[in-house]
Parts: sequence; C-alpha cells; structure tokens
Amino acid sequence: MKTSTKISLNLAVVAALGLFLLWAQGALDGYKIQILNLIAVNIILAMSLNLIYGFTGMFSLGHAGFMAIGAYVCSIMIMSPEQKEMLFILDAAYPWVQNAHAPFLVATIAGGLVAAAAAALIGLPLLRLGDDYLGIATLGFAEIIRVIANNIPRVTNGALGFKGIPDYANLWWNFGWCVVTFYVIVRLVKCNTGNVFKAIRDNEIAAKAMGVNVFGYKLLSFTIGAFFAGVGGALLASLLTTIDPKMFLFTLTFNVLMIVVTGGLGSITGSILAGIGITALLEWLRFVENPIYFGDFELPGIPGMRMVVFSLALICIILFRREGLMGMREFSWQGARNLFSGKRRAS
Amino acid sequence: MTAAMFIQHFLNSLTLGSLYALIAIGYTMVYGILRLINFAHGEIFMLGAYFVFYGLTLVNLPWPVAIVLSILVTAGLGILVDQVAYRPLRDAPRISALISAIGVSFFLQNVAIVFFQAIPREVYRPSWLEDPILISGVRVLPLTLFVPVLSFLLMMGLVYIVYRTKAGLGMRAISRDIETSYLMGVPVNRVIALTFGIGSALAAASGIMWALRYPQLQPIMGVIPGFKAFIAAVFGGIGSIQGAVIGGVALGFIEIMTVAFFPELAGYRDAFAFILLILILLVKPTGLLGAKPEDKV
Repeated sequence: MKTSTKISLNLAVVAALGLFLLWAQGALDGYKIQILNLIAVNIILAMSLNLIYGFTGMFSLGHAGFMAIGAYVCSIMIMSPEQKEMLFILDAAYPWVQNAHAPFLVATIAGGLVAAAAAALIGLPLLRLGDDYLGIATLGFAEIIRVIANNIPRVTNGALGFKGIPDYANLWWNFGWCVVTFYVIVRLVKCNTGNVFKAIRDNEIAAKAMGVNVFGYKLLSFTIGAFFAGVGGALLASLLTTIDPKMFLFTLTFNVLMIVVTGGLGSITGSILAGIGITALLEWLRFVENPIYFGDFELPGIPGMRMVVFSLALICIILFRREGLMGMREFSWQGARNLFSGKRRAS
Repeated sequence: MTAAMFIQHFLNSLTLGSLYALIAIGYTMVYGILRLINFAHGEIFMLGAYFVFYGLTLVNLPWPVAIVLSILVTAGLGILVDQVAYRPLRDAPRISALISAIGVSFFLQNVAIVFFQAIPREVYRPSWLEDPILISGVRVLPLTLFVPVLSFLLMMGLVYIVYRTKAGLGMRAISRDIETSYLMGVPVNRVIALTFGIGSALAAASGIMWALRYPQLQPIMGVIPGFKAFIAAVFGGIGSIQGAVIGGVALGFIEIMTVAFFPELAGYRDAFAFILLILILLVKPTGLLGAKPEDKV
C-alpha cells in the first residue's frame, strides 16, 4: 500500500474521531462524556506504560507517582492566585506556588516535563536493577512521592489536597493529547530507536553485547513514558477537579497495568482497545455496588465487589491468556485490506 | 530523652521489628525458592488477624482455639493461593507470576472489604496484655515483652524445620537449584506447598499480634506492613532467613528511633522503608547476607 494512501486513511480516522467528538459533545449527557474523557486519559496512561514495560521490558510500577507529579504541577499552574489564597487555609502557600499561573496547555506540558525530570533523576540509579526489583523500587518511588505530597502543605496543601481545579480538560483536550501521545509513541517504536527498545526487552545481555548503550536507551524510554504519565495525571486532575495524596495509591497503577496486560504487552492497538473496554467495564461494574431493585425486592449493593471482579479478571488473563487481547500484533491498513480481500499476510 | 523513655522506645522498636521479621520470613522463603515476590503476603497477614477476631466474636471460640484455627486456615489459604495462581505459571516469565500475585493481592483485599466491610474495627484486648506493669520504675506494656519473646520462639521453630528436618533440606535444595532437586527426587511441589504454608502461618501469627499491639482491623492493614517487610527481607538479603530477621528488626528500630529522636520527621515515617530500599539496592543489591545472583545468558 502506498504511503500517501496510508496517510490519507490516518487523517480520515482523525477526522472521524473529530466528528464523533463533535456529535458526542452535543448528543451525550455529562456522565457519558465523563466516561469518554476517562477513556482518553486511560489510553494515554496505558500507552505510556506500554512504552516502558511492553516495548522496553522495564517492569515499572511507578505510574501513580508520575501522575501525581503531573497532576500537582498542572493544578498549581492553572488555579488562579486568588483561588489558591482561599485554598491554603492551614499554611499559606510559598510565593512561587501562589503566583504561578499559566494557560492549560503550558501547565500540562510543564506537568509532563517535571514528571519526566523526576523519572530521569530516579532512573539514573534505579534502571540498573532487574525486573522485579525495579518494580518494587519504582513502587517505592511512587509511595515516597505520596508521602512527600502529604508533608509539604505549603506546596500541595497536605492531606486536604486541591478542590475546584478549573475543568479545562474537555473532550477536545483529552482526545487531542491522546492523538499526540499515540503519534509520538507509534513513531518512536517504529523507528530505529524502537527496534533498540525491543532488542533490550527481548534480551538485554545480547543487546549489550551488540554494542547498544542499554542504559541510555532505557533511560530514554522511561523518561518519555513518564512524560506522558505526567500529562495523563495533569488531564485527570483537571477532569476530576479535585486531587489529594490518597488518590495516587497503588490502585491507580494497578488499573493502568491491568489495561496494558489485557491489551497485550507491546501492542499499542491492544492498549487502545483495552483502554476503551476496561474503562467502560469499570463504570458498568459500578452497578454491582449499588442496590438493585426487582419491583419491591431490593438486592443490596456490595461495596468492593467491583474490584473483586476486576482483580479476578486480571488473574484469569494472566493464567489463561498471558499475551492479552492482541499479543504483540498491531492493527495496520495493509493487514485490514488483506483481511477484507481474503489474502493471507505474507510475513 | 530520659532512660525510661529510651527503654520504652527500645521495646516498641523490638516489638515492631519482630512483627516485620515474621512477615519478612515468608517473603524471603518464597523468593528464595521461586524467585517470586509474593505480593499477596500482606493480605495473608491481614486475613490471619481477621479470622481470629471473627472466631472470637462470631463463634465465641476461646482464645487459644481461635488463634490455632486461624493460623491453620491462613496457612491453608497460602497454599491455595500458590496452587491456583502461581503454580500454573512456574514455567512462564517471572513477571507473569508477579502480575498474578498483584492480582491476588487486590482480590483478597477486596474480598475482605466485601465480607468484613471497609470500616476499621476495634480489637478487644485482654487486660493482662494491656495494663502497663512497672519494672524498676519503668512503665512497660506487657505486649512489648510478650511479642518479641513469642516471635523469637516461632523463629527458633522455623530454624529447626529448615536446618534439622528433611523437608527443610528439600527447601534449601530447591533454593539452590530447582531442576537438580527434581532429579534428586525431592518432592518439589510438596516442599513448595509447605513453604507457602509455613510462611503464611508466620504471617498469620504476626497479623494476630499486630492486631493486639495496634488494636484495629481493616482490610488494607496488610498493605504497608507487607511492603515494609518485603523491604526488610531485601535489606537483610533476600533468600536468607537470618537476613530477614535482622532486616525486620533493623527496620523496626530505624522507624521508631528516627521518629523518637527527630519528632519533626514523623510525617515521613512511611517513606523511611522505601528510602532504605532504594539506598540498599544502590549500595549492595544483594542485601546484608544475600548471595550474589548470577546472570545466566
């Protein structure tokens, strides 16, 4: 298939997405729009974790930490100084926190950049560790971020967190960032750098023996992944309009990991499909936690049931379909055409 | 700081440290044998505590019966978790089993929320454990003497099993080389099950004493102690039982003594362990007593 055809098809998909959003904005109610927003944010987060874990093989459990950094940086920058004066009741904010103000785009990018800087900083010592040790160490990093957020009230307002963050993150912002993330990560994994990432994932020692600067590439992948995790956190903060340290518990990382594993490690297509599916499933499962009525008979809701089903699903996927929905396969226009014309793929 | 206060802090550190050590032993034994971080271990600890206090209040069991039953049930649960969630993944990449373990951890935690509800529950303590006694002018909680002594006895029992019995020989053989152990006729699966059983029983014992010491039960009570005990195991050298004990006690002292001497750091208490983890992984990734793992190509 010609490159120009592919480009026009890709543009057509983006245009279709735009039309869909335009329709959704007018036709759907607030709750459904909120779910669409969450889908976009979850896809961003899943793609960024997939870059780190699925494509480069670094088992990182630090996503909640990067998201927290992005969320706090962005929120501080988009709230007006008057609003912050009202918010910091117990301790007055530092002047630089008080006076920081920027448009939403700048604030999200700043959130991503600070998260990326933190990733580079902790990546320097931590990325030398092997798989499960890296997982625990990055989990520790996320926990430390949370404890710090609790203890610097003059920056983060301590355990109270922020309320009334301006809700700039509408469908356009979220899906816009989603498309940007998609574009950057797809380009990255398709170019030579991406091949090096995959080589490191498949056999680190062999990659090193071939003369690859393994550590440098790992750091690059980790930093880029953290940037988008920070952006995702920033969008989430503006979407939910409240944040506090309790929000960034390990559960948050667990949800993202679940999407990545379900979709398939090393498959962007999988992350997108699972991002849509699992976000919708999580919302749909809320009904088991609410009371159900059969006429006069009331079946009481069971709190916690949602996560029981959810974690059971993860265990089943790992036990019975370890490669996830897509394995390492990707959607491609060529593949789709072959599918429709009934041809078997050559490669 | 007065001498009396120091003695109290010392006993508190020893109590907390021995509770960490008991949990850490379970992590280190499983890791030594399967190279798996058993994420669900913290939840096993939590369930052990819940079982006792539900046995006491719902079925009106006497204390000793409730404790023994809870330890047995928890040990069985640990074995069940291994059989269902980890055993099918023995030949899979190591991370698969780890993800499965994370899944089990969340599963058990939320099952506990469903059955026991998320609200914290008060634990009733017998007064002979609670009322402070005076030892040469120092007020001491009987619990802070009772917990370290009991933990020490349990650890001695474990050391006996690992170094003086045939099953223990099997455990040590498997942790050296699992393939060869199969060939030498070690009943590998049975020994692994036993390892999970013993580790879970110790976690249950720790959970019960934890609930007596910090008298509150809640479904997430296992998460933070679980992480910290794992860190203690890494600190002592993962795979080594002595290391887990040293690491656990050391972590107990670090947490309580740092806050005792620098009260302004109290808010950061939960971060100490993680900072310690990152430091130890950088300086000496094998821990204090750990053997150096080889990178096989």
